[in-house]
Amino acid sequence: MTRVVHYINQFFAGQGGEDAASSPPQRQDGAVGPGRRLGQLLGPDFEVVATVHCGDDDASGRPEAIEEVLALVRQCDPDLLVIGPAFTSGRYGLACARLAGAAASAGVPVVAAMHPDNPGVEEAGTAPVVASGQVAREMGPSLERLAAAARVVAEGRPLTKADGLIAGARRLVGLVDEPAAVRAVDLVLARLAGDRQATEVPLPRFDQVTPAAPVDDVTQATVALVTEGGLVPDDNPDRLESARATRWLRYPLEGVEALGSGDYRSVHGGFSTVWANEDPHRILPLDVAQDLEAEGAIGALHGAYLVTTGNGTSVGNARRFGTEWAADLRRSGARAAILTAT
Amino acid sequence: MSIALRVGAPRIVPTRGIPYPTGDPSLAPAEERAWRRRLVEQALHAVSTAVKEPTVFELEASTHG
Repeated sequence: MTRVVHYINQFFAGQGGEDAASSPPQRQDGAVGPGRRLGQLLGPDFEVVATVHCGDDDASGRPEAIEEVLALVRQCDPDLLVIGPAFTSGRYGLACARLAGAAASAGVPVVAAMHPDNPGVEEAGTAPVVASGQVAREMGPSLERLAAAARVVAEGRPLTKADGLIAGARRLVGLVDEPAAVRAVDLVLARLAGDRQATEVPLPRFDQVTPAAPVDDVTQATVALVTEGGLVPDDNPDRLESARATRWLRYPLEGVEALGSGDYRSVHGGFSTVWANEDPHRILPLDVAQDLEAEGAIGALHGAYLVTTGNGTSVGNARRFGTEWAADLRRSGARAAILTAT
Repeated sequence: MSIALRVGAPRIVPTRGIPYPTGDPSLAPAEERAWRRRLVEQALHAVSTAVKEPTVFELEASTHG
């Protein structure tokens, strides 16, 4: 009998939606929610002995959360940890990928499932991730693929593209017939002949962001101001970095009548901040946004602004900031955001 | 602007310079504030408009900076 522990988020565990997004790691005996179907698909040689779940905000936002989830998993002494499917859910995907990576590092056999566009895919490290559908409506076929992959992992065999593997491919040493110089010239000749795809080193794919639907009526909507221009209170109380930022911050705008020179400054290290510090509204247009709010041109101005420094920021961190900003704004009721970019 | 397009920002309002996205230090204060207001109004127009791909919402024929 193969002992399986299943990880899902608070929503699929039936704990609630955004209202339960900060719930801490918890364990329940047996299969819960999609784990029931997973157990059926795995068949009689497997048993889902426990389900561990955690709120999306807690799992993706609190640094210790993943270690705590893994500790709950390991208390069950599983033969296999199955994670997700997370579809395209950003915070859920990040949590699943980090848990998969941590489990793999700890020697726990693991497989996770999410859509190839999920921002979590690149955080799974060497842990295997197989493709799921985009949305929960595709739960059925996604679980079938995940269960099939789980069976392969349980047998100790490596997953391949044929299993739907999208991350965690192992680098295998092999011998090729031709030396590098010959292969390089062959690739040049292929390129000259019009083949734009031939390569031995596939480059990482850039994200494609699906534009959000437009705001129906901006005179009724709460609009947020956000920036990567490094604008912070003058003493930079939270020590926002001037380059390679690892975090973002939220500062109140309620009761702030103006962004006075000397009260706020930009710590951005990628351009001369002389003009921004003369008048911080050149980075964050609070003054005219307040005018538009007073005139009824927007429903309300969001009571805080979000800020980071966009200067040599890693793609991984930038992707995480975007996911976290979207969640933070959605939770606070903002329907649109104006991001000033330097 | 070309960077915003290249990285695929869905709705883009071009401005006049990297160090002052919502300003223009060459203008007198009242004029600069009016320019900033036009930028924000254009941004509100952008978020109210359906787009399928990265789309530029121009405010003036030629942009500086």
